[in-house]
Amino acid sequence: MGMQTRRTWRHRALAGVAAASMVVLAACGGTTGEETTGGGGEGTEDLPLIYGVFATPLEEPWDGAIHAALQSAVEDGTIEYKHVDNVNTADAMERTLRNIASSEQPDAIMGDAFAAEEAVRKVAAEFPDIPFAFGSGEDPVEPNMSVFDNWLQDPAYLAGMIAGGLTESDVIGVVGAMPIPEVNRIVNAFVQGIKETNPEATVKVSFINTFFDPAAAKQAANAHVAAGADVLFAERDGVIAAAEEADIPVIGMMVDQEEEAPEHVVTSLIWHMRPTVDAVVEQAENGPAAVDLGEYSFMNVGGSELAPINTDVVGGVPEDLVQQVEEKEAAIMDGSFTTPVDESAPAGSIDVSRQ
Amino acid sequence: MSINLLAALAAMLTVATPLVWAGIGELIVEKTGVLNLGIEGTMYAGAFTGFLVALRTGSPWWGLLAAILTGVVAGLAMAVLSVTLGLNQHVSGLGLTLLLIAGCEFTFRMLYAGGRPKLDDKFDAWLSDVPVLEQHWLTYVAFLVLAPGTWWVLRSTGLGYRIHAVGENFEAAEVAGISVNATRYAALAVGGAFMAIGGAFLTLAVLGSFTLNIINGRGWVCIALVIFAKWRVWPVVLGALIFAVTDALQLQLAITTAFSDVPREVMLALPYVAVITALAVWGRKVHYPGSYLKAYRRA
Repeated sequence: MGMQTRRTWRHRALAGVAAASMVVLAACGGTTGEETTGGGGEGTEDLPLIYGVFATPLEEPWDGAIHAALQSAVEDGTIEYKHVDNVNTADAMERTLRNIASSEQPDAIMGDAFAAEEAVRKVAAEFPDIPFAFGSGEDPVEPNMSVFDNWLQDPAYLAGMIAGGLTESDVIGVVGAMPIPEVNRIVNAFVQGIKETNPEATVKVSFINTFFDPAAAKQAANAHVAAGADVLFAERDGVIAAAEEADIPVIGMMVDQEEEAPEHVVTSLIWHMRPTVDAVVEQAENGPAAVDLGEYSFMNVGGSELAPINTDVVGGVPEDLVQQVEEKEAAIMDGSFTTPVDESAPAGSIDVSRQ
Repeated sequence: MSINLLAALAAMLTVATPLVWAGIGELIVEKTGVLNLGIEGTMYAGAFTGFLVALRTGSPWWGLLAAILTGVVAGLAMAVLSVTLGLNQHVSGLGLTLLLIAGCEFTFRMLYAGGRPKLDDKFDAWLSDVPVLEQHWLTYVAFLVLAPGTWWVLRSTGLGYRIHAVGENFEAAEVAGISVNATRYAALAVGGAFMAIGGAFLTLAVLGSFTLNIINGRGWVCIALVIFAKWRVWPVVLGALIFAVTDALQLQLAITTAFSDVPREVMLALPYVAVITALAVWGRKVHYPGSYLKAYRRA
């Protein structure tokens, strides 16, 4: 009996140690970005402290774009920057924001509010002196809650023109995350761009219903190829691998993805968050505002662009198509052309001539 | 409306492959009475270490070996928690999954912060010009070696009887001279290896790259498949095929003119609806292994 009790005790102790170490290790994987990435050296004290609070891991391209822009501002010596990521529930977002606002007293807080719109607005109201600037599908709130979003309709339109000009089967496949406004307006602008260079085309649109599942996205892209598509648009990761196997051109997203498949990625839609960040830094210095910062993502202010067209891609890119795209790009830049914004959910199969 | 049936069948086999590997891995473990909810994390760790080693060595074969070892270690970790320490299997398994996923994400970030590394050399498909049969070798092994092999071992060998005895009544098994804990340890190690291969299939054969959330719930689908199959090998394979073919068909149907305006959510739910329907039809009166979820303590 005594033996038995001792053994049980040892088991319990071991179990406790095992459980505790698992919790500690698991916590390590979550938020890792508390390091200060200040400009370094003297003068750091005078720089505004911008705090990034992200709902997803930084590897997710959307928050990755915000993080990259903030880091570039650090490199230019204009801000001090700290961040946390993977704050993936509304209550965690609320607690984290309140903690940071009260204990760190940053000069501005940036992040994404899509999964926690109410929580972010609640904390913003509690700290009216701190500018809050969040990626959001809703409106700004006085006095200090500004919103932004990735308004990539301009490069999407140009990419559509390229896709329309490259297809020979007149079928183009798009794999997106889910039919939400920010994705819809990119896909719809892409379709409008196709219509300009190829009014005969059919556009097939798939959604994988998650932001991250490259295997599912690849499968969806394969279904497009099976349905006759010979140009793909990779709104999500996984599609480029399918294009490589099918040996057809593909358009990338968020960053220039040419390196991933130099013979297949013809161009990419790029989001530059730096103009938005600079606008937030201005608020940090001059006091908060409640504005929609969306226009800072437009192409004519340098908020987005189309990556250089890769003419070495399989099948090549006709010279006159490149010229046509460049002319349209110039028209967008000088304001003589405005890309239409349509946030309705696209159908699964779109006959471009009827758009 | 045009459906490319051959492409759908090819997609079915590819989509089902990781489910067959991991599902059979889980089946072997559960046959000994242990529910391994570490499956999602084990697949994730297999996908990650397989990719990492393949990237560093330049060979997907070394990657596969690393994935197998990772799966064995993950299985043994689960064995320490649930067999030696006799902890609650649900908690141990979920803890293991959380730990493995977080550990992989942490390591990935430390090594490749913000980068998108890609394998120069991944496993290529065999018979790339033949419709439907244009599959990776791991797919062939899953359907032609793993499934029949496991079926035969469980059905006709002493080892199979041993596993069955431990899973149904471990006291009786121990009386008959079978070491319950050794059998469970072995099953967890082998099952873990199969789960890890299922995960590594995605990085080493399908994609050639690793991204967060790469498993995205496929492990949980396998847990459901094993129950659906009532702990039998061929129904696991059948369930995986039903899930995969529904998924492949919905992807094709959703982009046809006829189904173009059907709500996406309905189409995306189809594979799950198919599995739940199959469960409702065939999965009733489930007989769980007798020693399911119980830790063995020698009296």
